[in-house]
Amino acid sequence: MEMKVPTMAECIANGEVPEILFWVGCSGSFDDRAKKITKAIVKILNKAEVKFAVLGTEESCTGDPAKRAGNEFLFQMQAFTNIQVLNGYEVKKIVTGCPHCFNTLKNEYPDLGGNYEVIHHTQLIQQLIDSGKLKVEGGSFKGKKITFHDPCYLGRANNEYEAPRSVIEKLDSELTEMKRSRANGLCCGAGGAQMFKEAEHGDKEVNVERAEEALALNPNVIATGCPFCMTMMTDGVKYFNKEAEVKVYDVAELIANAQDL
Amino acid sequence: MGISNIIFLLLFVGAFTLFALKIKTIVRNIRLGRDQNLNDNFAERLKVMSMVAIGQSKMVVRPVSGIMHILIYIGFVIMNIELLEIVIDGIAGTHRVFAFLGGFYDFVIGSFEFLGLGVLLACIVFLIRRNILKLKRFWSAEMTSWPRSDANLILTIEILLMTAFFTMNATDQVLQSRGVEHYIQAGAYPISHYYSALFTGLSSETLIMIERSIWWFHICGILFFLNYVPYSKHFHILLAFPNVFYSNLNAKGKFSNMESVTNEVKLMFDPSATPPPADAAPVKFGAKDVNDLSWVQLMNAYSCTECGRCTSNCPANITGKKLSPRKIMMDTRDRLEEYGKNLDKNTPDTKSLLHDYITPEELWACTSCNACVEACPINIDPLSIIIDLRRNLVMEESNAPAALAGMFTNVENNGAPWQFGQADRMNWANEA
Repeated sequence: MEMKVPTMAECIANGEVPEILFWVGCSGSFDDRAKKITKAIVKILNKAEVKFAVLGTEESCTGDPAKRAGNEFLFQMQAFTNIQVLNGYEVKKIVTGCPHCFNTLKNEYPDLGGNYEVIHHTQLIQQLIDSGKLKVEGGSFKGKKITFHDPCYLGRANNEYEAPRSVIEKLDSELTEMKRSRANGLCCGAGGAQMFKEAEHGDKEVNVERAEEALALNPNVIATGCPFCMTMMTDGVKYFNKEAEVKVYDVAELIANAQDL
Repeated sequence: MGISNIIFLLLFVGAFTLFALKIKTIVRNIRLGRDQNLNDNFAERLKVMSMVAIGQSKMVVRPVSGIMHILIYIGFVIMNIELLEIVIDGIAGTHRVFAFLGGFYDFVIGSFEFLGLGVLLACIVFLIRRNILKLKRFWSAEMTSWPRSDANLILTIEILLMTAFFTMNATDQVLQSRGVEHYIQAGAYPISHYYSALFTGLSSETLIMIERSIWWFHICGILFFLNYVPYSKHFHILLAFPNVFYSNLNAKGKFSNMESVTNEVKLMFDPSATPPPADAAPVKFGAKDVNDLSWVQLMNAYSCTECGRCTSNCPANITGKKLSPRKIMMDTRDRLEEYGKNLDKNTPDTKSLLHDYITPEELWACTSCNACVEACPINIDPLSIIIDLRRNLVMEESNAPAALAGMFTNVENNGAPWQFGQADRMNWANEA
């Protein structure tokens, strides 16, 4: 199926008003693995006939990593630039492919004049399923053992634990939980700008600790909802040489793959 | 009024005066922090305080220590009612002044014995967990000899006070049953009843001596404890309530917006914006020392009881990094105490929280995952302090790890944390 990815600029030129803006994020735009997640989200949006648009080359980093690293100047510069673009297009509703963009746009842009209804892609998928716009039947993950790794910026930061799980349950798979899950979930190690630096000196990598916990459940799939968690969990699984048996997927990919989108 | 009543009154007034003076210093220290208006959402704050502080809802996430803690908490709060009687008896020279309440009094005193037993057992279990089972979170790096002794001292004092309470009741019972003058028949003693058998062989004079000595030991112990608490981690018994009341109600992922930066950025974006007056005080970005933190962050530090749930859930600490959220809170309190003392003595102060207490290595190990904030039973927010210190490192000292400085440059120039051009941002849509 060919992807339809309209940009905001094209929509406006054609006199169309998209109902939702898909905020792709830097990982989703540039990281090879995360681009697959982006495409899965687009396929789902196309399948459910959601009128959406992306900013394309007008999108810029939300400033999340700068803010977490203490560079408030850079964060606010990014925020003001993005808010000018978003407000210029009179954007009302945003779906993000990344919990970090989600958190920043939702919680930190309002103080700087950016007020939007922001949802994470797992929440949108849940809404599409619940409203009947997207039909999901078991498919290729039927009976498979899946464990969900909670991204910190979706879970603890914004109290969303159920949307990704309710979507996974639609796959007729076996959802098993790690001991440290939901509010007690262990970070993958990438948050707070750690993604962009070497870890401080310690006796173990955080992603190894987390992958070890997930692998102990002998799952077929480790699911997540964040491109950073994706990188960390994939590397963690490789560390234990388990990449042949255990796949790491974003929730959006699970849905897209299950439905052969 | 006899001589003993006068001594008691003096002790009592003296102890409370000392306590009040220390509290005054602590309140002054907390007020050294930046202003932060939190007089919003009164109803919601009250609800959170009822659930988390009064209701102990986050304590039971770890059921063993949670239930033990609730035993001590309920025992402590309710048994303090008896303190009222002890104080009146001490001043007026009466004995069990509320005995006229009859059956109700018996019920209350009887209930106190069960509560007291709960406290006693929980304290013993806690001592075993700390010193014999040596639970990891009580022995990590920042748990040096003083924090460990502080905890053991508190538990020991509580055990001694409970033992004194049961001994008073036990000897009192024997004296009551013998009809000794002054020891009126009052109260029910479902627990110390068994313990009183130890004392039946002693003469009434010896018993009176024991009963009186223990009575004095008990009340002096309580007055000492009262004055020990504000110097100790145990201060949480008072501060936990306001600490939870004023805790963050926003989504945990929302980091504070820096108004000072907003003003500067607006100037860059909008040339017509009004610049600050030329004589305005220069703004400092982030926190270098305790007085750069907000009063809530400083209250957090005084409220911390060093339980270490934050640290035991911290991904950085679990994997052997130097960061410990508990140490962040302990350092903040230690530094604030030192800062306050220097202020009082007017001695020059060359130290700061950042570098002298908390190192950049600790700060850069944080993943900002909020596990510490989630784990804290009284909603302390170590992450906000970590971020404020990072802000100072980056915006005042230009002291970010090289990789992060590179990330900043990329975001600034390319609009992405990696070296990709903004023009290539939508290439993914055309890739198979």
